[in-house]
Amino acid sequence: MTDIILRADAVVREFPRGRRLFGPRSPALRAVDGVSLAINRGQTIGIVGESGCGKSTLARMMVGLLEPSAGRLEIDGQSIPALARHDRRSLHRRVQMVFQDPLGSLNPRKTVREILAAPLRALHGMDRTACNKRVAELMDLVSLRADFADRYPHEFSGGQSQRIGIARALAAQAEVIVLDEPVSALDVSVQAQVLILLAELQTRLGLTYIFISHDLAVVETIAHEVAVMNHGQIVEQAPAERIFADPQHEYTRLLLASALRAAPRSSG
Amino acid sequence: MSAPALNATMPARLSYPRDRPSAFARLTQNRMASFGLLLLSLIVVVVVAAPILPLAPPHVANVAQRLRPPLTPGHFLGTDQVGRDILSRLIWGTRLSLAVGVFAALIASLIGSAIGLLAAFRGGWIDTLLMRGIDMLMAFPYLLLALAIVAALGPGLVNAMIAITIVNVPFFARGVRGAALSIVRTDFMAAARLSGLSDARIVFWELLPNVMPGIVIGLSTTIGWMILETAGLSFLGLGAQPPQADLGGMLGEGRNLLQVAPHVATIPGLVILLLAIGINLIGDGLRDVLDPKLKSGGLARTHARTDAVSLEERSKGLPLPGAAARLPLAIRGLRTHFRIGRAIYAAVDGVDMAIAPGESVGIVGESGSGKTVTALSILGLVATPPGRIVGGEILHYGEELASATLSRLQEIRGRRIAYVFQDPQSTLNPLIRIGEQIAESIRRHQGKSAAEAMRLAVALLESVHIPDPEHKANAYPHELSGGQRQRVGIAIALANDPELIIADEPTTALDVTTQAQVLKLLNELRRERGAALLFISHDFGVIAAVCDRVHVMYGGRVVESGPVAEVLERPRHPYTQRLLACVPELGRRGRQVTPIPGLPPSTDALPPGCAFAPRCHRAAPRCSIGEITLDAVESDHYARCIRVNDA
Repeated sequence: MTDIILRADAVVREFPRGRRLFGPRSPALRAVDGVSLAINRGQTIGIVGESGCGKSTLARMMVGLLEPSAGRLEIDGQSIPALARHDRRSLHRRVQMVFQDPLGSLNPRKTVREILAAPLRALHGMDRTACNKRVAELMDLVSLRADFADRYPHEFSGGQSQRIGIARALAAQAEVIVLDEPVSALDVSVQAQVLILLAELQTRLGLTYIFISHDLAVVETIAHEVAVMNHGQIVEQAPAERIFADPQHEYTRLLLASALRAAPRSSG
Repeated sequence: MSAPALNATMPARLSYPRDRPSAFARLTQNRMASFGLLLLSLIVVVVVAAPILPLAPPHVANVAQRLRPPLTPGHFLGTDQVGRDILSRLIWGTRLSLAVGVFAALIASLIGSAIGLLAAFRGGWIDTLLMRGIDMLMAFPYLLLALAIVAALGPGLVNAMIAITIVNVPFFARGVRGAALSIVRTDFMAAARLSGLSDARIVFWELLPNVMPGIVIGLSTTIGWMILETAGLSFLGLGAQPPQADLGGMLGEGRNLLQVAPHVATIPGLVILLLAIGINLIGDGLRDVLDPKLKSGGLARTHARTDAVSLEERSKGLPLPGAAARLPLAIRGLRTHFRIGRAIYAAVDGVDMAIAPGESVGIVGESGSGKTVTALSILGLVATPPGRIVGGEILHYGEELASATLSRLQEIRGRRIAYVFQDPQSTLNPLIRIGEQIAESIRRHQGKSAAEAMRLAVALLESVHIPDPEHKANAYPHELSGGQRQRVGIAIALANDPELIIADEPTTALDVTTQAQVLKLLNELRRERGAALLFISHDFGVIAAVCDRVHVMYGGRVVESGPVAEVLERPRHPYTQRLLACVPELGRRGRQVTPIPGLPPSTDALPPGCAFAPRCHRAAPRCSIGEITLDAVESDHYARCIRVNDA
């Protein structure tokens, strides 16, 4: 029995291109061009594609940071753009985001406690004591020492910063987390730590992930279902084990052929 | 690895930011700023204390005592044309001028910052409307506008202040908008929105603290201006009205008496000068302390090449080079250190590496392992200060490069040894056509004519598979895609047929499909031209695709080296084994990645013995004692581990 938590139906997002001083307006850029998706509760969908394929634009629409130009985008049957306009807090109690640049997504002038307390207060109306207790729990959940809470982001490494970013998403108690290239900026050994943490959190808290990445191997380890994007469209979507074993679309095959393996080359 | 266990081995990264002196402490370290601070504090103390000082009343005229020179008993600084005590008028006048300047600056910064923040945060038509209004204000000459405002409102100190405030609003509005715009688009602003914060809270709690340093700098540098401008208006008779004393007014009154009693005008003039100097020195000091660009050493000039300790000292204890002297590159015992504050970072600490003609050698490691510093040390491209080569030799066909003259080094750079960098966007000059950039390198090193060099440049573009090379040679870097730009980077490296190409993460910024093409090209050309390659990457897959041999670096040292196939299939050092276990492999979905607990060590506090021991699953007590050498485990396979042969 499948239980769909997030659904995209023919979603389009256009960006106007600059108008020249003279001459006609140039046509708008279609970053996302008719994407339809259905995401099951408690699962991870991987969205792979190269830079400029529209995957980050899609991610930002899913969390209500951008509005679709056309199409429907729903969470639990409610329209995401409508929630973003009229009831932002209720939207952000359901869907959160983890960003690519671990340090850039943390305000350099706020302590970790202030960063984590913001969603607790604004989305759940917790008082100071409850906040402090919950901040300690969240730090523990992402394997950071609770006494780091009063430090500033620049005192942390990339991997630790990304744990703080994940803790912030967890603070909102959202069921769906959109992860936009969450491990691309990390070293491999730290990347592995974060991937394992994400998998653990999913089992423990029953989270649904939308995992966006350019790295096929990373997506393969974490995703149940994979969608391949190219030029704003999903060109192929299948369960993870099938899409890598038996790619159907030409572009998926090209991506797979281009991926390098740590296994040594057979010949020059 | 369970989560709590990770926790225990994860130290707070570096504690130095906590020990860093506060902004105020750093301000007082600046001698000029301290002087300004002292000067201004003195003036402020005196003018604040004016009501309790035993001063003559400033407005009471006494014609009998008019124009007394300074040092007259009872009138320390003399009297003016109606016999008022100048010292008293000066202190009360400074009090007024300073108050007006500070107040006007505060109001202008408040209004200006509010406009700037609103314009940046809201964008769209609000931004357009506000900023066009500001543009209109700026379209009028500065003083003319102030004069017009005073003329409309009528003379008087309050009106002069209003005029000065209005005239200064655009300065703050534009500055704050610019600073805020770059912050509005950051991820943490998006994250604040997702945290459910209201717009007002986002502006005041997230945005404002980040533009505050800019506002403070602006404030400190404008107060001086404001005082001068108010003085100017008063001088023209549009500011303070008699008998009220302010510095500009006093200056104006003394102007007619310059021949008879020069002190009447000179003394307030001097005070204006001292005030302006004091405030501007503090402003400059504040900017040095608060401006992030200057904080990170933007003012420190780097040398044209990396400094090195004398060869004699560096080569102490090294064996004779022997066959290594015939190789395009032999690095022997290289140590490059960085001195930052009191800490010394041993970024590269005893690296050996040899590259044979035509050979492709890789360095793989995580950030901070020293791989890039090793590569940059070769041609003296490590910034000095803070970097310095403190040990070892770099031999290029027997010629020691760290002690070569700068002109010799410049001859070798690009001609014999060439670099390809990670980000072609920032290494190509955006204002010069790409054909020209390639041709420049050819002309510089081969002395070819401009036409001949351009012909060769086009041929090179063709060899790196740029479509329509003759046409594309006239393109600017921004007109090319990322992959094409990196091809241009490779073309520049190949331009003079170097014996060695050093490529530092050349494909990291590229998409996978482009990466595959660029690597194929690099391989092809290297073989064709017989150049050796030193290839640096964090990615085992990339290394496997291009290298014959690989060095694995950790904590500034090579921990394992050998033929690529050997090292990747049968890694002997525990770090290499664990690192490979971290890499997700395509097509092996069942295989879980296994992270390494903890973090790599900071190179200013490397643990004794094996740097990896604290994170190693096989570490024994003796791993943390003494020097551990890089020993052969097979004929051409080396590992820096004493337990390599233990079961």
